[in-house]
Amino acid sequence: MQPKMITLTVNGRKHQVALNPDETLLNALRQLNYTDVKNGCEKGDCGACAVLLNGKAVNSCLVLAWQADGSEILTNAGLGTMDNPHPIQEAFADAGAAQCGYCTPGMIISAKALLDQNPHPSEEEIREAISGNLCRCTGYAQIITAIQIAAERIAASALVGSGQGGKQ
Amino acid sequence: MKYKAKPLPPVELPDLRVVGKPLRRVDALGKAVGSTVYAGDFSMPNMLHGKVFRSSQPSARIKRLDVSKARELPGVICVLTAKDLPDAKLVTDMPGQTGQKRRAGTDAPVLASEVIRYRGEPIALVAAETLDIAEQALERIEIEYDTLPGVYDPLEAMKPGAPVVYEPDNIVATWKIRKGDVQAGMAMADMIIENTFSVPFVDHAYLEPEAGMAWMDDQNVIHIRVCTQVVEHFRSIARALGVPQNKIHIQGTFLGGGFGGKEDITVEIFLALLAKYTHRPVRLAYSREESIMAHSKRHPFIITHHTGVKRNGRITAAEIEMISDAGAYPYLSPYVLLYATVTACGPYRVEHLKVDSTSVATNNPFTSAFRGFGAAQACVAYEQQMDEIAKALDMDPLDVRRANYLSTGDRNATGQQMKSAVWLEETATRALETLGEKTSECGPIKVGQGFASYMQSYGRITWFHDTSRAWVGLELDGTAVIRCGVPDLGGGQVNTLCQIASEVLGVPLENFIIYSTDSALTPLAGTTTATRQLYMSGSAVHQAASEIRRVLLEYAQLHFEQDIENLELADGKVYVKSDPENFLPLAELTKMCAAEGLPLSNLALFKAPFTDPIDPETGQGDIFPDFTFGAHAVEVAVDTETGEITLLKSVGCHDVGRAINPIAVEGQIQGGSTQGLGYALMEEVQVVEGVIQTPSLSEYLIPTSRDLPTTKAIILESGTGLGPFGAKGIGEPSLTPAAPAVANALTNALGVRIKDLPLTPEKVLAAIEEAKNA
Ligand code: FES
Ligand code: FES
Repeated sequence: MQPKMITLTVNGRKHQVALNPDETLLNALRQLNYTDVKNGCEKGDCGACAVLLNGKAVNSCLVLAWQADGSEILTNAGLGTMDNPHPIQEAFADAGAAQCGYCTPGMIISAKALLDQNPHPSEEEIREAISGNLCRCTGYAQIITAIQIAAERIAASALVGSGQGGKQ
Repeated sequence: MKYKAKPLPPVELPDLRVVGKPLRRVDALGKAVGSTVYAGDFSMPNMLHGKVFRSSQPSARIKRLDVSKARELPGVICVLTAKDLPDAKLVTDMPGQTGQKRRAGTDAPVLASEVIRYRGEPIALVAAETLDIAEQALERIEIEYDTLPGVYDPLEAMKPGAPVVYEPDNIVATWKIRKGDVQAGMAMADMIIENTFSVPFVDHAYLEPEAGMAWMDDQNVIHIRVCTQVVEHFRSIARALGVPQNKIHIQGTFLGGGFGGKEDITVEIFLALLAKYTHRPVRLAYSREESIMAHSKRHPFIITHHTGVKRNGRITAAEIEMISDAGAYPYLSPYVLLYATVTACGPYRVEHLKVDSTSVATNNPFTSAFRGFGAAQACVAYEQQMDEIAKALDMDPLDVRRANYLSTGDRNATGQQMKSAVWLEETATRALETLGEKTSECGPIKVGQGFASYMQSYGRITWFHDTSRAWVGLELDGTAVIRCGVPDLGGGQVNTLCQIASEVLGVPLENFIIYSTDSALTPLAGTTTATRQLYMSGSAVHQAASEIRRVLLEYAQLHFEQDIENLELADGKVYVKSDPENFLPLAELTKMCAAEGLPLSNLALFKAPFTDPIDPETGQGDIFPDFTFGAHAVEVAVDTETGEITLLKSVGCHDVGRAINPIAVEGQIQGGSTQGLGYALMEEVQVVEGVIQTPSLSEYLIPTSRDLPTTKAIILESGTGLGPFGAKGIGEPSLTPAAPAVANALTNALGVRIKDLPLTPEKVLAAIEEAKNA
């Protein structure tokens, strides 16, 4: 089959690229220089390549780029920056959740998908949500703490934002 | 409660402002937002893609190798075989080391020329315009093998007449310890307890497979961007390429995990060769499968203990044999074996000791460094043996250990005197107390608790004459720069250096920038291995920063007309202690010093203690700078119908000397022990006739977030380590006691012992069955 022109919107930027049918979304994203999407196995075993595809967490190595044609993709780098980090990213930094950091982008994507659905997850729910993301450095404890901290901070800022927080 | 924490001796730790605080690591936010650039993330204009052609046979002679069809493929720029690199060898010893112990003639060739010794051995390199073309080129390489008889079991390989991996025999290293009079010691014993334990091949399974890129510049310098634990490999690469050492420049990156697996040379040598032969930038990245096939494994060991004991639990003598599978090339096997030998009897007083250890070549995947470096395998054996002794004597496992624990002033297996705090009982009792009461059993579910103590060196073998260098400098706005060659594996290596310098100079942590892991532009700091960087490079940074501190304070003394003792540097200021309102911002002090031409930077060299090698006949002599001590305790539930083991509780307690950053230390204890728990419960690279049966992360399983509970980390600080502020090291020690703790807990639950890791459900069921029939 011939390459096909597809459209991917990544972190709000629109890309039109000609890709072969067997190209994975992981490779397509990395070729577009979204190198924060990590390659740890290319087989769906590690979760390092996780991104949000139309709001849903997927392992981008298991998605063909063609299947993502017309989709909105959010990678970890799209959530925040050094100057303006996302609360989950900030919590990961504070809690020591990133040691080598290689699992971190995928981990944060799984955390984001979880907190979007379930803003107050239990430890068990967090463990379940990140069970497809391998980490060889941390033993997961500080990652779980980071997600708990992020959940609290997001809830607190939502209160402030909706006018229910702050001083009485 | 059965166990109570032993009170700690009084310790006076100085009050510090930055060191000891749970600060956010300097590298943390970049990693969290995905800004950190890893070795596989680089690309360059005009870049080629490299690939490695590997052997499909574990033991063979190359009958015919024809790469002409690959060379002819349009888009292929270069195909290299051993013919193009006469005699290029991989030399993995560190430059400057005086401890070369590997047998001559056993170095791995960069590319195999005639004999294939393991499956996956590199034979040819390809560079092509695209990855697709490079992959097609591999398929066009024609090869025929003459199969050679292989040897896949170290015990078989030691027998006369076994196939020989290298002439004259398969013994690649041996060590001995002869201390006291073992015969006499055994004669004093009331009982002799004998057991054999074994451990499997294990993969590092770092999340980042090996990757990098290389290019040549206008001075013919080859620059290599790579994830490595050892930038000093530039010297071996220069030797293999036949170029001067100053023409190879390794620019390391943050590693996506190392754990010893990126201690030996991986992709960097191939990158250098392809860049040299093509004069173009080349990228090479391993897939997970290639990574598992291409890098070292943790050594399988078979360890036999004969221990003579008195009825009161005191050990009178020990005779220990250790055999490790070095795989097809020795790499660091001799040293791994040495670490195992030195810690063979554990952190116990054994006056009469005999250890014989042997590392054996086979046609299995090669084995080398892995967090714990032989000391972890030794601990699996000696700590199970201690529990078996307790059982034989009908004593409490803690009491048996108590009767034998080393104390400060005692001598270890090699006769080296313990100089720092030896908090063995302190750590074990805390781990056990925190574990608490045993969870109640229910039906077929049995519950057991167990623990393990350990000793593990930090810093390298002292006859290696280890050194590290670091440069610290102040900028005119009061910010600071560190240059230090340390590779950061994720354990917080660079942050630790910043926290140390921040403490000394009073420059806030966020005002530090550190340049690291560059063989040309940062002072060489040595390897990030052997739990040495906090001790070695931490001390070098401390030294350099202290020198600048002296300059600043001497000038400030004149400015404030105060005694130096009454001045302090903190929070970006110099101030008078008795009158803190009387201060000067560091930016101003720095400018004043600069105007006087005072040195505001310093390059320091730190030397570990240097010794002669241990006596080859007796194994006696000082061997390591110092040791870390601690314990791990766990509780397991075993389903006696399915054989499944569930870890219920896990506690690690270690005397780290001084925790420079407690969050990072906790992360080491939790992460290291998780690798140890995986070692006990699930991890095994299965190898059949030299062929790995667990080629990817779907077969090679490591713990996930659902497999294990959170390990509770208890950090003790004796302040007696040799590192900065009394720090010891925790990188490797965190792993060491976890696996035997699980083995002991399982035996506590079942009443039977499985002496071979990992403790799989099949082995559990078989052991229960066997116990029934016995
Ligand atoms: S790279 Fe996609 S799951 Fe591992
Ligand atoms: S932080 Fe290294 S793999 Fe998770």
